[in-house]
Amino acid sequence: MSALAIETRGLVKAFGKTRAVDGIDLAVPAGTVYGVLGPNGAGKTTVVRMLATLLRPDGGDARVFGHDVLREPDEVRQRVSLTGQYASVDEDLTGLENLILLARLVGYDKRAARRRAEQLLAAFGLIDAAGKQVKHYSGGMRRRLDIGASILNTPKLLFLDEPTTGLDPRSRNQVWDIVRAVVSYGTTVLLTTQYLDEADRLASRIAVIDQGKVIAEGTPGELKSSVGAGAVHVRLRDPGQRTEAEWVLSRCLGGHVVLEADPVALTARVSGNGNGDTDRRTAEQAAAALTALAEAGITVDDFSLGQPSLDEVFLALTDRTVEEETKA
Amino acid sequence: MSTATTVEAQEATYTFSPETLQAVLAPGDAPRRPSWLSASFTFGWRAMLKIKHVPEQLFDVTAFPIMMTLMFTYLFGGALAGSTTEYLQFLLPGIMVMSVVMITMYTGVAVNTDIVKGVFDRFRTLPIWRPSTMVGYLLGDAFRYTVASLVILGVGLILGFRPEGGVVGVAAGIGVLVAFSFAFSWIWTMFGLLLRSEKSVMGVSMMVLFPLTFLSNVFVDPNTMPGWLQAFVDINPISHLVGAVRALMDGGWDTTDMTWVLVSGVLITVVFGALTMRLYNRR
Repeated sequence: MSALAIETRGLVKAFGKTRAVDGIDLAVPAGTVYGVLGPNGAGKTTVVRMLATLLRPDGGDARVFGHDVLREPDEVRQRVSLTGQYASVDEDLTGLENLILLARLVGYDKRAARRRAEQLLAAFGLIDAAGKQVKHYSGGMRRRLDIGASILNTPKLLFLDEPTTGLDPRSRNQVWDIVRAVVSYGTTVLLTTQYLDEADRLASRIAVIDQGKVIAEGTPGELKSSVGAGAVHVRLRDPGQRTEAEWVLSRCLGGHVVLEADPVALTARVSGNGNGDTDRRTAEQAAAALTALAEAGITVDDFSLGQPSLDEVFLALTDRTVEEETKA
Repeated sequence: MSTATTVEAQEATYTFSPETLQAVLAPGDAPRRPSWLSASFTFGWRAMLKIKHVPEQLFDVTAFPIMMTLMFTYLFGGALAGSTTEYLQFLLPGIMVMSVVMITMYTGVAVNTDIVKGVFDRFRTLPIWRPSTMVGYLLGDAFRYTVASLVILGVGLILGFRPEGGVVGVAAGIGVLVAFSFAFSWIWTMFGLLLRSEKSVMGVSMMVLFPLTFLSNVFVDPNTMPGWLQAFVDINPISHLVGAVRALMDGGWDTTDMTWVLVSGVLITVVFGALTMRLYNRR
């Protein structure tokens, strides 16, 4: 059990009548990036805040490296760091002052604190901005300073709460590189995100959260295959043939066909059978669909077979929850 | 504007290098946790840095006290004591207490504006002595109280205040005042954590501070007041604080008042300190 960085059972947090977190079980293996994926208001931040000892759970229990967050908060605090959704640095102070302040608070003496702060500023490319107030930093710089502050005492577990929300693509890539480096050093990262792409790239396991509950859990690959083997994307030359193509694809693949916004594009889910040789069956089905289209005299400009994106997975999973609720 | 441009230019030059990052991730021996005193002083240092970067916040410990002193000296001086200089000998210690005690409410405002920011979360996840964050605010504020006291003393001296107690008596008076205000501020750290907005903190502060400071012996001798009011003035800790400070600056010593000040200061710290920490841990 010591190999688990985080373990929660039936974790609950209610704000008034709303159960923001409604019985969440998590098991996060140490030394990995674990993604918590969900839309706004799903309860991601509330989970993180309970695990970081910022919020008291109303029910269930949560352990960080075997230490209970309620009974041994100090043990937990010694092992974790948090980079919140809003910059967890003091905007009025300079970058250098922020890092010296935190270095002093984790126990470095004056000289060592300054040395450590300068070392981190250099590593995160902030040395020239060291003497400027953080409120003048760009979003990317602020985020780097924030992460720098979080790894000041090399935590065993780092919480990153939506670390790339609001960043430009370049800064986002930098944050991803930093996360990978931090994990390769041995730190466990719990990453919350609204972006499936981000979870897909960084996390080795993902929990999908919606309305305070885990609706799916597994590796990115498992999540994708749980929804279907893949999808066929087709582009036609003549938009007038689209209705016919839709009919052919639906008959051939037996699934639901989506008409894209582009008047010549269609996407069809390939069901597969999940018998171990799914991939081959998927390819056979796709090939049959292509032949059927050709036989029907439909001109195809572009035909591709891909794994479903996590976006499709996510939408499929959340739709399912909505359906279940309407039934209930 | 030049700041923004240099900062942007700097942003463009950052390239990620795993090697440099690996180097900072291996910092050698992890330091020992700081002592409660060291953590508190570090937060005190933060408060001082804030004053350095936002010096406007010293406005309320300079302009406000000067205004109070001038206003009340000339408003009441002639009527109450025959001359403003005469009245000043009585009023100055009182107006000093009143101004500084009123300034304490900014502690609550500062706490309240900070908690909505992410940095507060970071402090709360550090394995440090829990009250140190709050003590840090109060240490910074103690500096502000000292500045306010000195400003009022300066104005008083210019206007003709001549304390019998000399340098030692005045210094002792200011010391007692700042120490009591430090204790008194725990009320505001509590409200700062409890209330939702800066405005409500200000509102509650005014409701508490106006009666406490005006219904006291700051302006006049309570003997002329009706009995029910005298009763309140007599148990009001601010009256005793004024009595103690006035005695010290006058070169004397009032044991009753000093005992009251000490007891109420300790009580406020224990009760409101505990409530503050309860809220701090629960948020």
